[in-house]
Amino acid sequence: MFTELVRKRTVFAWTLSIIVLVVYFGFISIIAFNKAWLGTPLFAGSVTTIGFPIGVAVILSAIILTGIYVYRANGEFDDMNRQIIEESR
Amino acid sequence: MKTFKTAVSSMLATGGMALMSTAALAAGADLGNAAKQETNWHAIVMFIIFVGMTLGITYWAAKRTKTAADFYAAGGGITGFQNGLAIAGDYMSAASFLGISALVYGSGYDGLIFSVGWLVGWPIILFLIAERLRNLGKYTFADVASYRLGRMPVRTFAATGSLVVVIFYLIGQMVGAGQLIKLLFGMDYIYAVMIVGALMMIYVTFGGMVATTWVQIIKACLLLGGATFIAFGVMSRFGFSFEALFVKAIEVHPKHGAIMAPGALVSNPVDAISLGMALMFGTAGLPHILMRFFTVPDAKEARKSVFYATGFIGYFYILTFIIGFGAITLVATNPAYLDAVKGGLNLKGGNNMAAVWLAHAIGGDMFLGFISAVAFATILAVVSGLTLAGASAISHDLYASVIMHGQATEGKEITVSKISSICLGVVAVLLGLLFEKQNVAFIVALTFSVAASANFPVLVLSMFWGGLTTRGAVLGGTIGLLMSVIMVVLSKAVWVQSFGFPAEIFPFAYPAIFSVPAAFFFSWLFSVLDNSPRAAQERAAYEAQAIRSETGLGAEGASGH
Repeated sequence: MFTELVRKRTVFAWTLSIIVLVVYFGFISIIAFNKAWLGTPLFAGSVTTIGFPIGVAVILSAIILTGIYVYRANGEFDDMNRQIIEESR
Repeated sequence: MKTFKTAVSSMLATGGMALMSTAALAAGADLGNAAKQETNWHAIVMFIIFVGMTLGITYWAAKRTKTAADFYAAGGGITGFQNGLAIAGDYMSAASFLGISALVYGSGYDGLIFSVGWLVGWPIILFLIAERLRNLGKYTFADVASYRLGRMPVRTFAATGSLVVVIFYLIGQMVGAGQLIKLLFGMDYIYAVMIVGALMMIYVTFGGMVATTWVQIIKACLLLGGATFIAFGVMSRFGFSFEALFVKAIEVHPKHGAIMAPGALVSNPVDAISLGMALMFGTAGLPHILMRFFTVPDAKEARKSVFYATGFIGYFYILTFIIGFGAITLVATNPAYLDAVKGGLNLKGGNNMAAVWLAHAIGGDMFLGFISAVAFATILAVVSGLTLAGASAISHDLYASVIMHGQATEGKEITVSKISSICLGVVAVLLGLLFEKQNVAFIVALTFSVAASANFPVLVLSMFWGGLTTRGAVLGGTIGLLMSVIMVVLSKAVWVQSFGFPAEIFPFAYPAIFSVPAAFFFSWLFSVLDNSPRAAQERAAYEAQAIRSETGLGAEGASGH
């Protein structure tokens, strides 16, 4: 039970962490290696550039991913955790 | 009161003289002067209301602060939502409110790079650190790092790392506070710095974590409310269309279309990635932020608090972005706010005033007063959190654990903590005065780089890697600490701009890309090479630590009562 909880939660936490790292360092890499692309207009004739929705999307993804983790950790994982603690008594 | 009046009139006199020379700007100058005069009183009255309120809370908190758990961790009685707001309050410093909006005002898109970097550390804190920290620690992150490692060396190292971060951070905050208050309230720099120092000592020594938390919560609400109002005011003038806002901004900004894409902030790939690493991992190594996780009853509330904090902080950064663009369109177009001597986009009192002048453009004198008071409150709240974190590093880690070998009584420990708070307050004021004329722009990079290179690697390895030994943690962490400090000192910002040497020795602006991997590598190397019997014991103790860190079994209870 304990090993199962740890394995599940660890896999989940690291998967989400890797998503965040890929998203963020992807964003940073674009800035590092191809700044100009972020300055492309969003659609023909607009002044808003691709960079804006991408930047805001990175911010929103951070909020959404924390929400997903808290939802599962405070529900499913905490239920398992409670059982483990009860059994250990 | 007389000092205020003298200061105000002398400021008006200098401002008036500087502006009188240009006849064309006379109308604008009058408006500017009038606004400043009004500002002072509105701002001062609102600030006095804020201080009165927070002192009331401190009095209430002082009566509830009896045990060490109350003092360091508000007795573990803060809910996840409250702690989320308080974390946001700790994190949304004046540097992020005034600094990011100024960065957006000056160069557009670049501001977003900082905002994004400062936010993405939070998911990592949640996924990997928050609940383990809550389950293993008591009051400071050194509790966690030294859980199964040698108490004396690891705590000494962790306390040093905390204090270095706290002191650098304090310098930036105090200098910012002094400059801001001098400008907004028409008060001398020295009095401004001393008022901040005195108030923070009162909050921390009398009210401990309870008062500090509530100061953060109130400030977070005021700041979020004020920023929302400004952003709403900006958007309503452009029919809630970003496209319309951007069209106008490109038209009036001297850089025109260039503000819509990344520009000069990061000039090479190494700096881009290095800054990204410092911002992301530095957040997870800030002692005053890590300390907040001990104020909630359990891991569940710790997780919730990160979710709320991430939401508030992300929302706030989107607002600062709108505020920066709003300042381009509404402040840069009004000569009353511009520095006639410097010309161009330069604002009266420096570009950090972008958000403040925008508040005036949107809500008049009254609202300018409100935002000025909020900015002051912001600094006050952040320095209080920092001071408490620094004081606990001294009293809980150095005094109680290292000097007294865990034999100190709780009362003694709290007393030491209060004395440390006062000493830190005095040190902060002195540093604020010492650095008055310095350009402290490098301080943020330095603080986050040190936190990412010293505290973060040791904290993460101690929780996730059973092979870590005392020797590895202390040597690896110290190498990270020294590397980050030395590289910043040898970089252009300090070596050339502060010390005046002709050329920098370290060619990049941010050290994290070298110092963070080095800290991890040497922690690993010295742990693997460590064949002492103590190292074997430490490795063996990892399993018990892992059980507690994963389940919270045996974790410090919710409350000291």
